[in-house]
Amino acid sequence: MEKVIRIKTPVTTKEIKKLRAKDNVLLTGEIYTARDAAHKRLIGLLKEGKRLPIDLNGHFIYYVGPAPAKPGYASGPAGPTTSYRMDPYTPQLLKLGLKGMIGKGTRSKEVIAAMKEYGAVYLAAVGGAAALISKSIKKVDVVCYEDLGAEAIHRFYVEDFPAIVVIDSEGNNLYETEPPKYRLE
Amino acid sequence: MREIKAEVIKDTVRDLFLDANYFIGKDLYNKLKEQSEVEESPVGKSVLEQIIKNNEIAAEEKIAICQDTGMAVVFIELGQEVLIVDGDFNEAVNQGVREAYTEGYLRKSVVNDPVFDRINTKDNTPAVTHIKIAPGNRVKITVTAKGFGSENMSSIKMLKPADGVEGVKNFVVKTAVAAGPNPCPPIIVGVGIGGTMEMAAVLSKRALLRPMGEPNKDPRYAQLETEILQEINKSGIGPAGLGGRTTALSVNIEYFPTHIAGLPVAVNICCHAARHAEKVI
Ligand code: SF4
Repeated sequence: MEKVIRIKTPVTTKEIKKLRAKDNVLLTGEIYTARDAAHKRLIGLLKEGKRLPIDLNGHFIYYVGPAPAKPGYASGPAGPTTSYRMDPYTPQLLKLGLKGMIGKGTRSKEVIAAMKEYGAVYLAAVGGAAALISKSIKKVDVVCYEDLGAEAIHRFYVEDFPAIVVIDSEGNNLYETEPPKYRLE
Repeated sequence: MREIKAEVIKDTVRDLFLDANYFIGKDLYNKLKEQSEVEESPVGKSVLEQIIKNNEIAAEEKIAICQDTGMAVVFIELGQEVLIVDGDFNEAVNQGVREAYTEGYLRKSVVNDPVFDRINTKDNTPAVTHIKIAPGNRVKITVTAKGFGSENMSSIKMLKPADGVEGVKNFVVKTAVAAGPNPCPPIIVGVGIGGTMEMAAVLSKRALLRPMGEPNKDPRYAQLETEILQEINKSGIGPAGLGGRTTALSVNIEYFPTHIAGLPVAVNICCHAARHAEKVI
């Protein structure tokens, strides 16, 4: 069985570099959420030379647009969205010290190159396991871009959020290494 | 003539969308269980177990299976002896969607304009509706909440008649395999063949609504479904795209007569969160 590693955010580059593709991780601490629309705004600010409303240094961004929470729930169902839509924006955020992304699906060559350069990991949460994942989300605040609704930037406080390292800081990529092991001719 | 109040249509649409979003079909649940027992990849097996657990939590707590509660698609078979009274039929359908999504804690994911404004309509309307007139005095409503992680991996192609069975097979397999981990495998593959371009697309969506394990009635198409399914599962993509034998759970083909010069093929991909429900009024 692969290792299960507990991680507390924020993280250091050193901790991130120890993670290997296929490690199961349980994240605890604060993580930010952002999808396409929020990324577009963040990058827009950078283009204008402005400061970002969140400090990404040592942090994770979770690509998610949760469903509304029922009364008495901290969060509504909140599984990952497909990551490639964020690819054009991610390298610039990695440069600012972003240490990890949580999503589902493949990433571009440029993103993987930037992960290697700055020391970051890409984690996958199980797509469609939104109700299950929401159990590990204990508190949710809106940080900014409230007008975007589910796509606003939120701060999640998570406890033992389950994810798997799919691309590590050396560029080992489970999406490339695993399917061939089960491929039949 | 049988009179049915628009309000009954509205209530039915609302209840069906709540049902579809909270409760995965028994057929699909059982299929996922079956696969989790035979999946050879340990990571794949654990992904399937998480999906099963997720569906159990959603049903128990009446919360959405997936946060992407989709775009609302409604298929209606309207008996020709039915008269809808006390309201506008289309508005009743949209009001049903509106109530389900706002009262049921479902995500609103629809924007008003695809290219320019892209402003959220805040109630997940309008629904995409397909209406067919049928004999009799009943109304059959089938709804599906279609997530876009998988919708985005769908494709349509106007093949040449000479491309034949092999051409169809290659296109479907290529589309499903190219989707890789993005549509949340294990997937269900809806295939619409024939008709015109838009007909093939609608057939492929309809194909996704078929109960799990029910083959096409024509043995040749049933055979083609089996062959394509086997081919896709040879890819090794596996649950969540992390390797394994379970990439697709089912391939469902629907077909329609077509023109002498054409062979339209549409492939509509659906994730494991294949949410649909139906009711006859
Ligand atoms: S593809 Fe399906 S399971 Fe995956 S996130 Fe979208 S709706 Fe959910």
